[in-house]
Amino acid sequence: MYLIETRDLNKVYGSKQILKNINLRIETGDAYALIGRSGAGKTTLLRILDLLEEPTSGEVWINGSRLTHKGTSALEARRKMAFVLQKPMVFNSSVYNNVAVGLRWRRENKHTIRNQVERILEMMELIDFKDRNARTLSGGEAQRVALARAMVIQPQVLLLDEPTANLDPLSTSRIETSISRIIDEFDTTVIMATHDMTQGQLLANKIAMIIDGEIVQEGSPRDIFYSPSDKAVARFVGIENVLDGVVITNTQGIAIIHTSDNQIEAVTDYPVGSTVSVCIRPEDITISKTRSSSSARNCFSGSIRRISELGPLARVELDCGFDIVSLITKSSAQELEIEKGMIIYASFKATALHVIGDSHVVETVQEESTRKKA
Amino acid sequence: MNELWDGLTKAIELLITLDSEVMQIAGRSLQFAAISSALASLICLPLGSLIHFYQFPGKRILVSMIQTLYSFPTVGIGLFVFVFISSSGPLGDLELLFTPTAIIIGQMTLISPILLGLTISALSGVNTSIKDTALSLGANDRQAMVVVLKEARFAVVAALVVGFGRAISEVGVSMMVGGNIRGFTRVLTTAIALETSRGELELSIALGIILLGLALIVNIILYRIQQR
Repeated sequence: MYLIETRDLNKVYGSKQILKNINLRIETGDAYALIGRSGAGKTTLLRILDLLEEPTSGEVWINGSRLTHKGTSALEARRKMAFVLQKPMVFNSSVYNNVAVGLRWRRENKHTIRNQVERILEMMELIDFKDRNARTLSGGEAQRVALARAMVIQPQVLLLDEPTANLDPLSTSRIETSISRIIDEFDTTVIMATHDMTQGQLLANKIAMIIDGEIVQEGSPRDIFYSPSDKAVARFVGIENVLDGVVITNTQGIAIIHTSDNQIEAVTDYPVGSTVSVCIRPEDITISKTRSSSSARNCFSGSIRRISELGPLARVELDCGFDIVSLITKSSAQELEIEKGMIIYASFKATALHVIGDSHVVETVQEESTRKKA
Repeated sequence: MNELWDGLTKAIELLITLDSEVMQIAGRSLQFAAISSALASLICLPLGSLIHFYQFPGKRILVSMIQTLYSFPTVGIGLFVFVFISSSGPLGDLELLFTPTAIIIGQMTLISPILLGLTISALSGVNTSIKDTALSLGANDRQAMVVVLKEARFAVVAALVVGFGRAISEVGVSMMVGGNIRGFTRVLTTAIALETSRGELELSIALGIILLGLALIVNIILYRIQQR
């Protein structure tokens, strides 16, 4: 039995369909991330799970019971959860009162309230702020109050909507550490919506990619990051190099894919004639001044179009007849003494590529694979 | 100008000497307005919250009607209450006409639309995320309502101030259903009307200044409460 399950959930506002046939299955203890762009429907989905909104159609189940939006059963279900909204909305009172409010509503005694509130304030490093008006706190501190307020009630499910949106890097890091501690130290299932891929990868053990209200892929962070199911997911997870092509040969899983005027070798089961997209992560592309003699099957020469610095990394844009982007360390870039206009070689392994087929090709390959197994 | 100056000095004199009749009239004004404001708030704050929180057919029309009643003339309310409590009216048997109770009922009727409308406006001004936050932390509907009311307390107190101001300064209701009976239902406004008609302008101005002073003191007290 799943802790939370949604069945064919749909939400329509006016003429716009916000959610399309959402079927989630979340198990106890999961740290589950809903990842997608702003406006993809993540917040609406969380609001439906927390019974703040009703779906247009479909069902939400918790612990094997179907949720209803009215009556005491709705309140009971909601009291098993806590939802931290995107914009931390703290009440106009002290930090202590903000955090204590959920326990007071549950009619806990004063002694329990004081113990639990102080414990969670210590954990969130907020104890020194306990008498301060929460409205005078910074965005990061207010978000920590919101997290403490949610966790003090020890919810079965913690829903987080963009927990670090609009925060500075330091506050983001503190919130991520706090969420990580919650995942590790509490028996709470965490469901978070974020547009930040790195955050999803850092905190979640399962990820659902949501694009235009539809879950297009679900799996472990590794599945999503290294085996995206379509081009939109690939681009969203930071695979900047997506080349369209056709499989022209395939010998025991080593395929030659024709892309514009080049040929790329890749490990894939797609048969000859398949229309595919080849995904190459920028960090999997190495660059050198001479043709690489390494095991990399693919090596292309090209001129450097642009070099930009990204913290400790350098992003190198190359024109190899097709556009390609490589991420190397800044020290490697300095050692190679690369500069704009220089001709260099970009290499990548056939095994480092991820090949995505057109949907009808995917179905054909899956059918073929099933037939072989049978 | 002389009359105004004389009125001012007279007011100071009446205050310093604690003129017993003036003090009684002022006390009565304060008492009636405070009771009617408190009773009306007890009804209008929860009712305004219910109207704000729940969706029902005709809600917009109802809110528009409430807002229209803000400007209902006090004599109109006086007449309305008079019809109800006069000896031939539906509540005639209660013999409320020309009693303090009649004034309080009239003032409550007068300020209820203001308190209702301004409560609804005050709650509408609160970020909807406050209610969502409360619900998502396990508040039931009533607890969420209290949270939103607390968040709107500045605007709600402002509504109370406006309601009290309207109650203490009205003359039509007190005159029509209170009867301006000396020592019983005479309040500052009816006394001002009477003294002016009798040509006692100095006393009228003095009473007017006392009325303003009372309103000011009550406003200051309410705003001090609001600041907490």
